[in-house]
Amino acid sequence: MQAQPPDSASVLRTRLLTGEQYTNTIAQIFGEDISGSILPPIPPMARTDGLLASGAAFVGVTSDQISQIQQAATSIAAKVVDEEHRDFLIPCRPETQAEADPACAELFLRETGRLLFRQTLEDVRLAELVDIAGYAAEQTEDFYSGLALALESMLISPEFIFIVDRAEPDPNRPGSERLDAWSLASRLSFFLWNGPPDDALLDAAESGDLHTEAGLSATVERMLSSARLETGMRAFFDDMLGFDGFGSLAKDPVIYPMVTGSTLRDAREQTLRTIVDHLLRQESDYRDLFTTRKTFMSPSLAVVYGIPAGNGWTPHEFEAGSPRIGLLTQVSFLAANSHAVRSSPTLRGQALRERFLCQVVPPPPPNVDFSLLEEAEHAATARERLDVHNTNPACAGCHLITDPIGLALESFDGAGRFRETENGAELDLSGELDGVLYEDVAGLASAMRDHPKLSNCLVNRLYAYGAGGPVSLRRDRDTITWFENRFAANGYRLRPLLRELALGEAFSTVLPDENQGNIDGTDASESTYRFSGPRFGPPRQR
Amino acid sequence: MNPHTASVGPDSARRGNGEIMSKFNRRRFLAKTLRGTLNGGAIAIGLPLLDVFLNENGTALANGAPIPMRFGTWSWGLGMSESIFVPKKTGPDFDLPEEIAALARIRKHINLYTNFHVFKDDAPNLCHHSGWVVLRSGIAPMTSENRPGETIDVSVARQIGNATRFRSLSATATGDVRDSFSYEGGNSVNAPEWSPLRFYQRLFGEDFQDPNAESFTPDPRVMVRKSALSAVRDDAKKLEKSLGSADRARLDQYFAGLRDLERRFDLQLTKPDPREACIVSEAPEDLPTGLDADLVSKRHRMMTELMLMAVACDQTRVFNVFYASAFSSTIKPGYDKPHHTATHEEAVDSELGYQPNVSWFTRRAMEEWAYYVDALANFREGDGSLLDNAFVYCTTDQSFAKTHSIDGIPMFSAGTAGGRVKTGLHVDGGGSPGCRLGYTAQRLMGLEIESWGDKSNTTSDGIGEILA
Repeated sequence: MQAQPPDSASVLRTRLLTGEQYTNTIAQIFGEDISGSILPPIPPMARTDGLLASGAAFVGVTSDQISQIQQAATSIAAKVVDEEHRDFLIPCRPETQAEADPACAELFLRETGRLLFRQTLEDVRLAELVDIAGYAAEQTEDFYSGLALALESMLISPEFIFIVDRAEPDPNRPGSERLDAWSLASRLSFFLWNGPPDDALLDAAESGDLHTEAGLSATVERMLSSARLETGMRAFFDDMLGFDGFGSLAKDPVIYPMVTGSTLRDAREQTLRTIVDHLLRQESDYRDLFTTRKTFMSPSLAVVYGIPAGNGWTPHEFEAGSPRIGLLTQVSFLAANSHAVRSSPTLRGQALRERFLCQVVPPPPPNVDFSLLEEAEHAATARERLDVHNTNPACAGCHLITDPIGLALESFDGAGRFRETENGAELDLSGELDGVLYEDVAGLASAMRDHPKLSNCLVNRLYAYGAGGPVSLRRDRDTITWFENRFAANGYRLRPLLRELALGEAFSTVLPDENQGNIDGTDASESTYRFSGPRFGPPRQR
Repeated sequence: MNPHTASVGPDSARRGNGEIMSKFNRRRFLAKTLRGTLNGGAIAIGLPLLDVFLNENGTALANGAPIPMRFGTWSWGLGMSESIFVPKKTGPDFDLPEEIAALARIRKHINLYTNFHVFKDDAPNLCHHSGWVVLRSGIAPMTSENRPGETIDVSVARQIGNATRFRSLSATATGDVRDSFSYEGGNSVNAPEWSPLRFYQRLFGEDFQDPNAESFTPDPRVMVRKSALSAVRDDAKKLEKSLGSADRARLDQYFAGLRDLERRFDLQLTKPDPREACIVSEAPEDLPTGLDADLVSKRHRMMTELMLMAVACDQTRVFNVFYASAFSSTIKPGYDKPHHTATHEEAVDSELGYQPNVSWFTRRAMEEWAYYVDALANFREGDGSLLDNAFVYCTTDQSFAKTHSIDGIPMFSAGTAGGRVKTGLHVDGGGSPGCRLGYTAQRLMGLEIESWGDKSNTTSDGIGEILA
């Protein structure tokens, strides 16, 4: 195996927990009934270089959010100590409930604090928490209320709500720095599980195992075979595919009466099930996701796909020759990248390029005059409408990189239903994707599968997701290429790629000091960092 | 133990500068707690100035207490059809062309501002972005990701929002948590309330102190929370040392958040003034997602009702309501173009002289603006209404959306700010900066700023025509 690039190293980042990570943390420590009873007090991040997760490294916390974090802390702490939960969440009982019990408080706060702060609490800090619990118990004349107040103060601490990378000298590479073991444990955990380290992972950090080759390898194997890997990868693909948009997606009920909120929820779920099954259970080639005919079907989706419904979720395989081929022809992609009232080749083309190929489609030019579009208002098909864009020099530059590929998907309407014609007119589905000509949607699927940027993009996004911030083309290019080659050598299978990323030097080695402290560890002019979310940047016309 | 009767010994330890915290000191902890409680701490912040301000101008509640000054914002998307929006007559009794006909019943409460410009100078005209960013922050953005500074509601809240539980509140009728015009800075958005039920729970859940409750007992848990903040602050200080400069700035923001939390704890320890207009209704039902105009209107009205309750109960004095986003995707059921798409694709009808479907969307927005102002005007408080002591600043993102024009961008205001603003006027700006209205608003709210805005948007010229 070729050696890893010599300067593989990553940037120290301070990330705000995402809403989902917050929920997962509460669920893991206190149980899903408690996490499910509160809305995470952290709003969605600004999509940054393709990922919401990368926005977490830059976002600020407003005063209003701090107050919401405090309110959530109060609700969580009250539930943890209530009569329903205290006996199994608190490992001891106070001698007298109406009084403080420092020994019992210490036991609970030590264990819980370690899980919340993702590292062992210093004695001073622990003693302080025990004192808060004791004082609060006196004030409220209740041990449990006291404990809840100490827990609240942990839940608003920056040690909890921020995931902080910390460096230490690397004894194996004099002059270099590495992530300290606690930080490495968190990085691995949020990467693979989208949640905090469990007790075993914290043990490995505390004992120093995580900094030995054998210890790290054993830890990563355990994490890769854990059921939590599926949670983690669902979160990653949900982010990469821009599925946060489903939170506000709706279709015009007059035009698409068969599409309800549950249809759209199922569409998102269908794609995640397809991905998880294909990549993690079947251990199949990532590229084949774009040509596979295998998926899962729910009753409400069956209506949109025009097939007989089974009970609940069932595996489904479309026939050879069916226009349903690969992720791009699933309802999630087609409906999310359309308007509420009609399909949009532009939005679909843009999503295909930005989500799967990591290309950036520029926003519409400033001061653009759309008067020309009026003439196209009564055009029967999208192809005729978009001809205006593609013949007007001001528009063509961008629309030519989105529309031709989106037009190949015009046999699916704005809700993702198959159609032979649009407004009675025949559809021309031919087109070209970066030099590859095709005649129909199967041709597009196959061009996509073989696109040279496809696997590079996944590696790029996974690396950014794991390392906690956007990839820099200048700094990380060799590292990404190295991982991409390894991905190819391993048959484009996900689990081996995750393993190599997690074990890679780039992941645990820290860039030298002079690269730290800038917004993304690079100079701003070179930065690839940009927001490109549907709401945080202007949408493409159509 | 009753915290009010606890005694603090003369030897109470005080924490000196630079003292390194060792084992937590119980006595010091108590001392800090009691100092905060007995002195009233941050309760005083902002109040005296505000009171003076209001005693001169404000009407009073039945119990003699002054009614506080409030500041609101409201926004709609995609501007107007100029030929049927801009009245021919300026000054009082202006005519109401058909696109704003819905404003008839609120005309006496509002002012309409036309022919005010937004200047981009050397910045690009960023479609659906430059317009609202300039009117809300005074600065033209250089990129569509860029929000150059804090928005006007945040600046005003710093001035008048310190005496309430929420410095400001935002709510959107779009059902989308990502829709906001309220920013503390480029990387930190004040996310709006997007679900009526969640908004209700946040307002009137466990932390709500009914101002009209007969008895008031300070919650000992709040005092503990306040004291425990010092431990949290210590965590943050320790963390600060390991951060780079950009992250340190984010941590500073976190510290500001802790200070605000402390302020709120102090408020919770003080008996609130009674508010006779504060009547809390039942929790609302939530609505489905979606942007069809009827649904948006329903959501807007529910959010309005909740927001007004929040104001009447003095939970906030700064309130943002968001009817539609800058590139509004509101849909007209059965019509194949959402609002934004229609602005670009629908032809200007040669006989009518405007885009009929686009105008349909704007008329719906104006109906909601009328509903909103009406709701404020009809909400009784003291001898008058909520609107009497408020100033509401209302903006959009374009003037003529079809061509992304930001010249002549229309604006409204509502309310008299305690009798200091004349209403019922149509003001022609003569091509002057739209930022004049934001500047005027901030001065009315007591901000001692000499000017507002950047480059050509800079102004220190208030809109004198509206001042009483």
